[in-house]
Amino acid sequence: MQGFWVPRRIVMAAIAVLIVGWCVATLNWTWLAEPKYQALLLQGVWNTIWILVVTMVLGMLLAIPLGLAQAAGPWWLSTPSSAFCGLIRGTPLLLQLWLLYYGLGSLFPSIPWIRQSDLWPILRQAWPYAVLALTLSVAGYSGEVMRGAFKGVPHGQLEAAKAMGMPRFTIFRRIWMPQAFQRVLPTLGGETVLTLKSTPLVATITVIDIYAVSSRIRQDTFVVYEPLLLLAVVYMAIAGLIVLLFRWLESRVPVKTA
Amino acid sequence: MAEVDRQRPEAIRVADLHKSFGTHHVLKGVSLTACEGDVIAIIGGSGSGKSTMLRCINFLETPSSGLISIAGEAVQMQADGAPSNRKQLERLRQSLGMVFQNFNLWTHRTVLENLIEVPVHVLKTPKDEAIARARKLLARVGLAEKEGAYPAFMSGGQQQRAAIARALCMEPKAMLFDEPTSALDPELVGEVLQVIRALADEGRTMILVTHEMKFAREVASHVIYLHNGQVEEEGPPDQLFGAPKSERLKQFLKTVA
Repeated sequence: MQGFWVPRRIVMAAIAVLIVGWCVATLNWTWLAEPKYQALLLQGVWNTIWILVVTMVLGMLLAIPLGLAQAAGPWWLSTPSSAFCGLIRGTPLLLQLWLLYYGLGSLFPSIPWIRQSDLWPILRQAWPYAVLALTLSVAGYSGEVMRGAFKGVPHGQLEAAKAMGMPRFTIFRRIWMPQAFQRVLPTLGGETVLTLKSTPLVATITVIDIYAVSSRIRQDTFVVYEPLLLLAVVYMAIAGLIVLLFRWLESRVPVKTA
Repeated sequence: MAEVDRQRPEAIRVADLHKSFGTHHVLKGVSLTACEGDVIAIIGGSGSGKSTMLRCINFLETPSSGLISIAGEAVQMQADGAPSNRKQLERLRQSLGMVFQNFNLWTHRTVLENLIEVPVHVLKTPKDEAIARARKLLARVGLAEKEGAYPAFMSGGQQQRAAIARALCMEPKAMLFDEPTSALDPELVGEVLQVIRALADEGRTMILVTHEMKFAREVASHVIYLHNGQVEEEGPPDQLFGAPKSERLKQFLKTVA
């Protein structure tokens, strides 16, 4: 314990306590006590987190074939893949989100068999478009990352597997993909944090994430800064958890290549 | 050729092998026959095609034309030389242990995991059986204490010995060595050659591409000198190194000596 409390840490902790103390004492936090807003905030945090997790998982599932196609695929797979990544990376996420929501969202009701399908109750809500747009965005960016990762695995290691008679899919599953992931774990951690910070855009198409909740509280109560401060703290906490998670994953990965 | 007279079964046969990279004709009709227990050394200058020839045997390079047969079974090829039966090729590759110049151990796995990877996940050997065999092999190449180490933490000589053990762990019918000591620091060459020599002494079939002329002379039962993609001269090592007939081989031996 003595090793931890060195002078610079004591000073930093004191400054932090002062800032937090000042915020608590002088700012208006009465709205936090209202059960209505507490429930809303919880719902908002939950929506932000599940949207992030679902879009990261689905996006990575798309990114792996996108990266592989670009790194080693025939031209009729690699060209569309790199075109997709270029398109996603070259246009604002907000634009993609609106094009999907207002474009597809207004196209679907005019098609009878979609209106009559069992999926319609889902498709008329906003969140499927939010999830789709964010998923495509993750796929576009991470597809590019995975392309580099697949290319970065030394050719000789794949050749050794081939020479030993490993079937192609086994080489991919046991040798190529694990090493590619090992190389890009730090980058993927960064991508996840960036995706987290892109999630507030879904509030623009009526999905109630934590950002939408804080806006709602600001409009209801005319409290200007405090909900924004809370928002910053929530995003920082989630980002911190993501960083810790990826550090843990990286520590589990044995060793870097020499 | 002399080998045909021998009374041992044929392990590897290469006949009239051609290989071009684009317009560059690297192999111009080379042949070799390795019977069981033969140690064939392929020597030659840089660019002579010796590595390409070796890599064509297990189709790491696709031959342009010719015939490759492993233990009497011809690899099925299309007209352009591409393998036409993937399952057969995978099965035949499993019977050939290949050792590379750059070791090519899988860096995300420990030494022991490298050894049991193919036996367990491809050949479906029970895991404890594969581990027992792997440990025995590691002890043989002097790496018993290194089974938990990752390749990045080992010297080149240790990595190459582990790579040899990895190839042996599949219980191959023959071993292919592609310049196994060329990437090693001079003081580490000896330990790897010692392992290869022990394998030759126990009667393993091997084809060895090497720059170590002294070693080739001591270990090989048959030596092939390649020049410009053709077999310039071949025969027993004492004849080839002691009394070379071709001018080019004489020149070559002078420059490497």
